[in-house]
Amino acid sequence: MGDLRARLGGHLHLLRAQARSQASYRVSFAIDLITNVSGTALDVTTVFVLFTVTESIGGFRLPESLVMVGFGLLAFNLADLTVGNIERIRQYVRTGLMDAVLIRPLGPLGQLLAMDLPLRKASRCVLAASVLVVALARADIDWTPARLLLAVATPIAGTVFFGSIFVGTASVAFWWIESGEFGSAFTYGGRDFTSYPITVYGGWFRAVFAYGLGFGFVAYQPALALFGRADPLGLPAWAGWAAPLVCVPAALAAGLVWRTGIRHYRSTGS
Amino acid sequence: MAGAFTNTVFGFLRCYLFLAVAGGAIAGGYTPQQLASYVWAAQGLLAVVLLWSPPELADRIRTGEVVSDLLRPVDPVHSMLAADLGRAWHALLTRCFPPVLAGLLFFDLYIPVRWHTPPLFAISVVLAVVITFCCRFLVNSTAYWLLDVRGPVSLWALGSGVVAGLYFPLRFLPEPALVTLWLLTPLPSLFQAPLDVLVEVDSTPVQLGIVALQAVWAVIMLLLCHAVQRRAERRLVIQGG
Repeated sequence: MGDLRARLGGHLHLLRAQARSQASYRVSFAIDLITNVSGTALDVTTVFVLFTVTESIGGFRLPESLVMVGFGLLAFNLADLTVGNIERIRQYVRTGLMDAVLIRPLGPLGQLLAMDLPLRKASRCVLAASVLVVALARADIDWTPARLLLAVATPIAGTVFFGSIFVGTASVAFWWIESGEFGSAFTYGGRDFTSYPITVYGGWFRAVFAYGLGFGFVAYQPALALFGRADPLGLPAWAGWAAPLVCVPAALAAGLVWRTGIRHYRSTGS
Repeated sequence: MAGAFTNTVFGFLRCYLFLAVAGGAIAGGYTPQQLASYVWAAQGLLAVVLLWSPPELADRIRTGEVVSDLLRPVDPVHSMLAADLGRAWHALLTRCFPPVLAGLLFFDLYIPVRWHTPPLFAISVVLAVVITFCCRFLVNSTAYWLLDVRGPVSLWALGSGVVAGLYFPLRFLPEPALVTLWLLTPLPSLFQAPLDVLVEVDSTPVQLGIVALQAVWAVIMLLLCHAVQRRAERRLVIQGG
């Protein structure tokens, strides 16, 4: 117990130091904060721009699309807030900074997450949550207790899922030092994928992302269950409730990859 | 390798999305084939017309290493631009083709038919590289005044992709917004311009006009970089660097 408290104290100390260091460059911090909010605002604006050109995208109108955008963005931003910093691991492995992280008597995952104060990312989560709430209120949904539960559970499951993708793809850096932006294809790519109905995509590409990796269950299938619409792609109605079934194995797999990676880590010697 | 893979995945995402938006008809003045070419050429150009790069110059400014650059007998803006053109050429040979090839394999792309489009496109890309270099130089140079450039860098990362025509063709926007962007900012010159030239969405005189406008912006931005550099050098002297 005392050990746990000491470790938590260590992480809190790192976080506080980060907060002080960032707040000391005030102008830059302010711009950064504004940028973080505008990033999400812009993702939503993009959807509005696309709907100025067309009435429906992939068979869905604007209010319905915004529900999916809300689910996708909130889950992605929450995951980015909690574990997104793990993306930096590729720089740490390449520059040898990972050695320093592993030498300290704190869990490596926790340290990496505390390396950068994620508070400015919290602003994005607030905006994404507002978009989702407004979209849910405006969309034509026949509310039942079960659907209310689904609306709450979906972003949580999505966060776990995106978090797993963040950890899993970042761990690749342990084996493949020059992994570069490889992870972005699945983290940011996954965010873009979940923001639109998967009827938009086609062929094997949709099969891999939606069903193979499981991105279809982050926003699209739950949204269908909320609207009470049948899946044009033929999945049964219970698929809308399958998000937890997808996110738990994803989290387990990501944890396994991470632990194997840490054990596999070989310093670059620099 | 990793970068080309990621650009290709985003190519699929954007291409499917725009085709769904167009729904088989003309959207924003583009046919579905032109839209597909627009997306895949953009993904290919992404590493050439580099919007996002680590703020190396800003780091050199913060640590003071930049002083050694200033001691060299060449103009720092010119030497950095030359290095960046070399980088762009290397990216063109290594990073450009995988996404474009994927696009050709999996989608029905529009192939330019006018004889003058390829050379005009080449000039347009070179001008775009020069203008993005200037933009990144200016963003990094804010370090002379702010020291921590995280804010300006993320502001640039955020705004540039959208206003340059990467996330969606700017012709999807209402006309007044489009004209304002073209005339008041250099950003549409980065992606929208070369891509519009490539997919031949306009008549030949308009194609020429787009490239001419890019050239004007390239000159303005280079002059701006020189002006900022001179101010920054004076500031360094004051700080005692």
